[in-house]
Amino acid sequence: MYELHDVTKRYATARGPVLALDRLDLTIPDGEWLAVQGPTGQGKSTLLQMLGGLDRPTTGSVVLDGTDLARASELTASRLRARQIGFVFQSFNLIPTLSAQENVETALVPLRVRPSERRTRAAEALDSVGLTDRARHLPSELSGGQQQRVAIARALVKAPAVLLADEPTGNLDEDTRHDIMAVLEALWRERGLTFVLVTHDRTIAARAQRRVTMRDGRLQETEAVVDAT
Amino acid sequence: MFFVYLARELRRRARQATFIALGLAVAVGLVLSVTAASAGVKSAQGKVLQSLYGVGTDITVTRAPTQAQGGPLGFGVRSGNGDQQRPKAGTTFTRDNLTSGPQLGALKASSVTQVRSVQGVADAVGALTLTDVRVSGKLPNAQSFSNGQNGSQGSGAGPPTSSNGSGSTQSFRSSFKVSSFTVTGVDPAHTSLGTLSSTSLAKGRSLRSTDTHADVAVVTSDYAKQHDLKVGSTISVASKKFTVVGTVTAPRGSSPTDVYIPLARAQALSGLTGKVNTVYVSATKNTAVDAVAARIKNAVPSATVTTSSDLAGQVSGSLSSAASLANNLGKWLSIAVLIAAFLLASLLTLSAVSRRVRELGTLKALGWSSRRVVAQVVGESLVIGAAGAALGVALGYAGASVVNAVAPALTATSGGSANTGPTGGGPGGPPGGAAAGPFGNAASAAHTVTVHLSAAIDGRAVLLAVLLAVTGGLLAGAVGGWRAARLRPAAALARIA
Repeated sequence: MYELHDVTKRYATARGPVLALDRLDLTIPDGEWLAVQGPTGQGKSTLLQMLGGLDRPTTGSVVLDGTDLARASELTASRLRARQIGFVFQSFNLIPTLSAQENVETALVPLRVRPSERRTRAAEALDSVGLTDRARHLPSELSGGQQQRVAIARALVKAPAVLLADEPTGNLDEDTRHDIMAVLEALWRERGLTFVLVTHDRTIAARAQRRVTMRDGRLQETEAVVDAT
Repeated sequence: MFFVYLARELRRRARQATFIALGLAVAVGLVLSVTAASAGVKSAQGKVLQSLYGVGTDITVTRAPTQAQGGPLGFGVRSGNGDQQRPKAGTTFTRDNLTSGPQLGALKASSVTQVRSVQGVADAVGALTLTDVRVSGKLPNAQSFSNGQNGSQGSGAGPPTSSNGSGSTQSFRSSFKVSSFTVTGVDPAHTSLGTLSSTSLAKGRSLRSTDTHADVAVVTSDYAKQHDLKVGSTISVASKKFTVVGTVTAPRGSSPTDVYIPLARAQALSGLTGKVNTVYVSATKNTAVDAVAARIKNAVPSATVTTSSDLAGQVSGSLSSAASLANNLGKWLSIAVLIAAFLLASLLTLSAVSRRVRELGTLKALGWSSRRVVAQVVGESLVIGAAGAALGVALGYAGASVVNAVAPALTATSGGSANTGPTGGGPGGPPGGAAAGPFGNAASAAHTVTVHLSAAIDGRAVLLAVLLAVTGGLLAGAVGGWRAARLRPAAALARIA
């Protein structure tokens, strides 16, 4: 479970300090699918960075299962990300020189999984997103939707507790967008993940259990929690 | 995964990796070639020095001659006390004298023991380097003789020309012949040190410890050829018959000793009993030569102590220029190219890491530790460095092969100015140049040796080259790794946003 308390994040820029998060409080129970909406530049991605331990708040605490990511060492944060947090990015962020299978395996490298087991688990993860026949293909040989499926497989191969997705359908056409969301939703249901989705798309956000909107670094609850079961 | 990722990444930026590896290879190849050429020059210098004073000699001990030494060398045809003592004109005569050269003073044989007891001296052996001068002919008409020379030739007037000259003046109506050769008295029990050690046995045998008082001689092949000598032939040294027991081949351009005889015999025939004029010394450690030389100087204050490096400093000619070229230009050029290659490798690696910010940031977001990311970057650079090393070693060998194929001839000239004694038959001086002393001789008679430069690459040079290239790779990897380590994982998401 995530517990964010009084989280503020200021960035120093050439034009002066920018307040990305403003005294934000948020609780995300285990297994919840939370959609974060809002216009560009309102702090959505910054919030996701705080949740993923990729950045630290200026003040406040970000506690995941008892570990305060705001105060954890870089090594602790790395280990936490390696074990518990999966990321899906808008631009897929696959390693261009590695095949689909190898890209999925990169998520298991910091967990020191044996190579044979790594290959097996990566193959299973690719199978779960319907890409078994593309395992040996390089990212450049895959469509955008297929690349995002590889990225999802990479995020989920380590069986994380949390899945953080930053505009995962932002670079996809409408049909593919729905396919990807279907895959994510199915995996969320199957694995009981805590799923935080940042999106502009209201239709996609509407599929979440809970929706919040970011405005000027603050959260506004959009709707009450719905039963997604 | 480490190696798969590394190989794929290097393949992706193959052109840049090749460029970096080539830069390192050129630098390493240059270092290796210069090192090999430098070693070749040192080897050539070693050959020159060896030809001058023998194998294993680090120091020689000599003594500057006193005024009384170096002559007189006369015909024994004195005329100063009246006509009744003067042989009749037309009298034939032969004089065969064995004398120490004017450049070398005599040292007591006990000096050898004294030097041997000095700390750091591995071995020391004494030698007596002499010149045998033979003059034969008929005495000239007394009247013309006195007209020409004013009756003062008795104190050893030497012929005006050098060896084998038909040394006559217009006032000398009779002719006479002068010939000379150099004789070195060596300790038959210690032939492994000194000038005889630089020769190789051609026929027969060398001198041995049982020859101490025997009339046996070893002659150089060139001298044997000139005088039609073979093993078993006899030669005359100071009018004594010596049996040739062996012939030796001296290095090209080596010091001009013609005949080696036992030291005791040389001392007896030259009237220098209990004396030597050169002590050859080998040090226990090459690095301690200067210190040992200083201790010997303290132990034998009257002696002139010369080290091989002193002699090397006196060597001039193209060998000296090559040494200077290798040691100065070659060294600094190598350093400059190395620095350039290291900078190039570092900058290109830094640039490559900068282009991979998103990729490396993503890996950090996936939970890769900074150390793992840095190891990946450094690993790539190390492989490039290793490739550069392999290529550089190949280039170095190619460079050395070119030098060996061309084998430029280098000349080394030692001496020729300092301590120049009377040569060419001045009053009291031996004709035909100085006695063949080693260091002392090198300083007295110009002595040119031609050697061919060869470049040899040894294991240490290869190791140095590999270390340099790998260091270049490590340096570049460290720069890139530093950039990667400083990368915040948030940057990956920020780039995407």
